[in-house]
Amino acid sequence: MALAPAPATGRFAKTPHVARKERAQAAAKGVFAVMAAAMVLPLLLIVGYLVWRAWPSLGLEFLLDVPRKGMTEGGIWPAFVGTLYLVVLSLVVSTPIGVMAAVYLNEYARDNWFNRAVNLAVINLAGVPSIVHALFGLGAFVYAARFGYSIVSASLTLAIMTLPVIIASTREALASVPMAFREACWNVGATRWQTIRAVVLPNSISGILTGLILQVSRAAGETAPVMFTGAVFYKSVERGNLFAYALSDQAMALSMHLYTLATQVPNVEESLPYATAVVLLGLVLLVNAAAIALRVFLRGRKRW
Amino acid sequence: MSSDSPLDDAPPRRPRRPRWAVLGERALEALIRVSGVSAIVFVAAIFFFVLREAAPILVSDAFSLTQFLFSPEWYPTSASNVRYGTFALTVGTLSVTALAMLLAVPFGLGAAIYLSEFCAPRVRETLKVTIELLSAIPSVVWGFIGLTVMSRLIVATTGAPVGVNVLNGGIILALMSVPVIVSIGEDALKAVPDSFREAGIALGATRWQLVYRVLVPAARNGLLAAVLLGVGRAVGETMAVLMATGHAVHIPGSLLDSVRTLTANIAAELGEAPVGSDHYRVLFLTGTLLFLITFAVNLAADLVVRGIRRK
Repeated sequence: MALAPAPATGRFAKTPHVARKERAQAAAKGVFAVMAAAMVLPLLLIVGYLVWRAWPSLGLEFLLDVPRKGMTEGGIWPAFVGTLYLVVLSLVVSTPIGVMAAVYLNEYARDNWFNRAVNLAVINLAGVPSIVHALFGLGAFVYAARFGYSIVSASLTLAIMTLPVIIASTREALASVPMAFREACWNVGATRWQTIRAVVLPNSISGILTGLILQVSRAAGETAPVMFTGAVFYKSVERGNLFAYALSDQAMALSMHLYTLATQVPNVEESLPYATAVVLLGLVLLVNAAAIALRVFLRGRKRW
Repeated sequence: MSSDSPLDDAPPRRPRRPRWAVLGERALEALIRVSGVSAIVFVAAIFFFVLREAAPILVSDAFSLTQFLFSPEWYPTSASNVRYGTFALTVGTLSVTALAMLLAVPFGLGAAIYLSEFCAPRVRETLKVTIELLSAIPSVVWGFIGLTVMSRLIVATTGAPVGVNVLNGGIILALMSVPVIVSIGEDALKAVPDSFREAGIALGATRWQLVYRVLVPAARNGLLAAVLLGVGRAVGETMAVLMATGHAVHIPGSLLDSVRTLTANIAAELGEAPVGSDHYRVLFLTGTLLFLITFAVNLAADLVVRGIRRK
C-alpha cells in the first residue's frame, strides 16, 4: 500500500514554536529599524527647517557684510573671520601636541599603570564639560598667564578642549598600520623613530588628516569655552576684511554670535539668527563630510 | 679578550650616523614623551586652576559647604541675605539628564543593535555617516533649535505657558547623546566574538533570540559604558540646556516646569559676577563639582570597559 503523499505544506509547515520565534524576529527587526531611522529623521528635519526659515537672508552678501543697526540687520563677516582665527590658531597649537601624544601612546608606551593613567586622562579630557574648560581658560590663560580676554586665550582653551579628538583619531590611524611593516623596518636596522618617520607616519597620514578635520569642526562649533575667554558681543570690522583682528584682540565668533542673536538682541530681523545657524551648521557639516569623504577615498586606495 | 677572536676578522662596523642625527632623534623622542604625558598635565591643570579660583570661598566665614550642596536657595546677588545653595541646580541637572537618558538609552541601544546585527552593509554605512553628522551639530545650534522649533512645538501640543522647560531640554539632550550611545554600543556588540553568534545560529536561534539571549548579556559591560558616556555628555552639556530649559532656579514639579542646570548657571552668571567676588568663586566651585562628577562618571565607564577586556 502506497503511502499517501503528505501535502508539502503540511510536512514542512512551521511548528507553532518556529512561527512564533520568526514573528518575534520580524517584530524586533522592525522596532530596531524604526529606532535607527529615528536618528536620520531629526537631522533631515532640522537642516531642512533651518534652511527654509533662513532662506530670505542667505547669500554671499550675508557672509561678507557686517552686522548693522545694533546687529538687527546685515551680515556675519566679523563673526565668520573670528571663528576662522580661533580655529586656525587652536589647530596650530593642538596638532603637534596631539599627534606626538598619539605617537607616544601607540608606538612607545608599554602597558603599565602609568600609561593606563595617561589613557584615562585622555578619556577624561574628552569628558570634561565645556563650561569647565571655559572656567579653566579664564583662570589659567586670561588671569594667571595674563593673556587677557583675547584670541590667544580663547584659542588655547579650544586647543586643549579638542586635543582628545586629535589624539583619539591619530591613535586609531597609527594602530591600523600592520605590525609587520614596523618589524620589517626594525629588521633592517632602523631605530624606533626612523621607523615611525619612514613607515608608520606615511602609512597613516590620511587617518591623521581626518582627525585634524574633525578637530576643526569641533572647534568651530564650541561656544562656552570662547564666550568667557575672548569672544565678544560685537566688534567693528571692515566689510570683507580677512585680516581684521590682532591676536591680542577680542573677536566675534559665529557660535557666540548665534547665541547672542537668539537670546540677547531684541527685534532682530526674523531670518537672521536662522541664517547664522545655517552658516555655522553648514560649515561644520561640510567639514565633517570632507573628513568622511577623505576616509572613504583612502580606504579604497589602501594596499593591505 | 684574546687576539685570535673571530670578531677581529669581522668587517669594520658600518659608518655611524652623524652625531647631530642621533642627538636630534633623542630630543624628538623626549618631546614625544613629554607630549604623551601632556594629557595628565592638562587634566591636573584644569582641576588646579578651577579650584584655585574657587579655593578662597571654601575658607570664608560667609560660606558653608552644607548650604552649597543641600540648600535649594540660590540668591547670589541678594542685598540683604546672600545664599549660595546649588541643590535646585543639581536637581535641574538630574531631571533633565534623567529624561534625556529615558529617551536616548532605548533608542541608542536599539539603533546600535540594528546597526550591528540586523542591517545590510550599505544601510549600515549610511546610518553611521548620519550618526556622525548628527553628533557634529554644535551645541549652540541644538540650543537654538530648542529655543525656536521645539519650544513652539511643546507650547502647541501641551498648552504649557512656556516652551523652554525640562521636556524641551530632555529631548534636545537625548538627541545630542544618542550618537555617543550608538557608536560605543555598536563597538561593544561588535567586540563579541563571532563564535558566540555561530553557536547560537547552529542551535536554530533567530537573530532576535541571539541578540537578547547571547549578545546583550555578553556585551553587557560595553553597553553599560555606552550609557555612562551618554550620561557624562548630558551632564556636561552647557549651551543647549542654557537655551532650552528656561531660567527658573527651583526644584521642578513637572516636565513642563522651567529649570536651570549646574552648567547653564555658570554660563548665565559668570559674565555678571565681578572677578574675585564670592559669587565668582562659588561659580568656580560649581565648576569643580561638575569636574568631579564627570570625572567619576568617566572613570566608572573606563573601569566597566576594562572589566570586559580582562575577562
